[in-house]
Amino acid sequence: MSDSSSLHPTTRVAWKLPDDVSTDVIYPGRYMATVLPTETPQYAFADIAALNKALLSGEIPRGSAIVAGRNFGCGSSREQAASTLKGHELVIIAKAFARIFVQNAINLGLRTIVCPDIDANVGDELELGEERVIDRTTGKSFATVPLPRSRQAIIDAGGLIPYTRRKLMESRRTG
Amino acid sequence: MGMTVAQKILARASGRASVSVGDVVEPRVDLAMSHENAALVINQFREVFDGTGLEARVWDPSKIAIIFDHRVPAESAKTATNQKKIREFVAAEGITKFHDIRADQGGICHQILPESGYVLPGSVVVGTDSHTTTHGALGAFAFGIGATEMASVWALGTALNVEVPATIKVVVNGTLPELVSAKDLILHLIGRLTAEGANFKVLEFHGQAIRNMPTSGRLVLCNMSVEAGATAGIVPADGETLRYLRDVAHVRGPIDLVRPDDDAVYASAIEIDCSELTYQIACPHSVDNVKALSEVVGTRVDQIVIGSCTNGRADDLAVAASILSGRKIAGNVRMLVFPASWRVYEEALRRGFIADLMGAGAVIMNPGCGCCLGVHQGALGDGEVALSTTNRNFLGRMGNPNARVFLCSPAVAAASALTGSISTPAAARVNT
Repeated sequence: MSDSSSLHPTTRVAWKLPDDVSTDVIYPGRYMATVLPTETPQYAFADIAALNKALLSGEIPRGSAIVAGRNFGCGSSREQAASTLKGHELVIIAKAFARIFVQNAINLGLRTIVCPDIDANVGDELELGEERVIDRTTGKSFATVPLPRSRQAIIDAGGLIPYTRRKLMESRRTG
Repeated sequence: MGMTVAQKILARASGRASVSVGDVVEPRVDLAMSHENAALVINQFREVFDGTGLEARVWDPSKIAIIFDHRVPAESAKTATNQKKIREFVAAEGITKFHDIRADQGGICHQILPESGYVLPGSVVVGTDSHTTTHGALGAFAFGIGATEMASVWALGTALNVEVPATIKVVVNGTLPELVSAKDLILHLIGRLTAEGANFKVLEFHGQAIRNMPTSGRLVLCNMSVEAGATAGIVPADGETLRYLRDVAHVRGPIDLVRPDDDAVYASAIEIDCSELTYQIACPHSVDNVKALSEVVGTRVDQIVIGSCTNGRADDLAVAASILSGRKIAGNVRMLVFPASWRVYEEALRRGFIADLMGAGAVIMNPGCGCCLGVHQGALGDGEVALSTTNRNFLGRMGNPNARVFLCSPAVAAASALTGSISTPAAARVNT
């Protein structure tokens, strides 16, 4: 699986979602006994049948963007909600994210972009810059909100597992 | 500059004299709780140690709690296998705060932790469950995390890169009218704040109505603080906290009642006079779609649910029993009752609540998360409506995206069970 952040400087909007999309919509509770990141992608947006089908059939290619409203990922702490989207290598661009979801996304390496004014249509080509998302189809440009320093450190380490591993080795050396 | 409760707890747990909002700290964790999703935590935990040459052992088995509650007894071979894997891990690591599927120790994690005396004021609690905010009711700083973050806690004993959150001060004065409850109060607050109004912030509860509220009600407030997006909800510890911990949770050791400084700085303040509060209801499909009950009275209901980590405690069952005692629920509804723990179940049996509820036609389920999140029994049919004392009504929450869920207090749920449509408790009382 390639790193979408480095290999997809541009992406296409595959789907649009409203405000307050909960983790029950992203990954319904009835599939929570399935935990392996290799198995969770099959249930992504299971209750939005057309979206689930498009993801599983490849109609929505890997590296595509989902553009969402405010409070994306509200609700449960279930990490499957991040791993199921990571499995499809999606980029989630939202006006704002719920806390636990975005922390899980960062920990697992799911690309999330906070873009408070994003206004793009399905099919638009987006350029994902450092500080702006540029809609090449419409010519509009939208500022992004940078990650807090503390979260960027986890991304830079390659996710929370390598980050923790490094902390663990440091603590054993000093402790 | 003065500190809020969250700041005081995080400063102490990080070995600092003080912390400011936005500081990044690595607090020591006093209690790390998981349920069945410990199966995923175990995988991630082992991966942390891969290639290090170190033996994968948890930092402190006495500070880890694992409670089976989401699918009990197992509803599938997959769940049973996950539970078996967790039991083996618990035994190998010597984890003592383990609550298996047993009537002498089991229940929902957010009831087991308080009633077992695992949560103390001033402590840092993390849980792989978003409703871990519940434990702020005992003056702790308690927040939900994902499975990988928990694996990190199991390895290190600290929570990494925690940003000290800003705090919203919620001051609730007045006296709750009869049968208007903590549930109505928190639904009202979520409606005002919206589902993201407290995102990345803490709700700290103050005022006369909070001082007079028993721990069972405070647990409801903090449980649902996360539905406004809050990182944590906190009721600063007081005499009632002490009473609960000594008399109910049987805590014997020292208890430190951590209070905010008088000159603590808050991001904002909300004042509520709860004497004016009426019954509230969260309508489909979001928890902040809150209305006065009167706006939806008469809506036909198919399933009534009383229970969960929000409203499955003895005080909740007592209210429902007082309304349903000697009466029958309507012919068009089925009513499911999930006590929050087996200890609650036993108390409800002893005090006659179970007999009252059964006599009215309610089905008493075993303690667990059950139908709240649509994983285990109590699913809804297409087009059906549930009225529930649980905490979420997202599309598909009770296992069916073609159904609708309304959220309310135990009193409203019980009164509505009598009529088969959304009804006010006051009306139920008048009809007796």
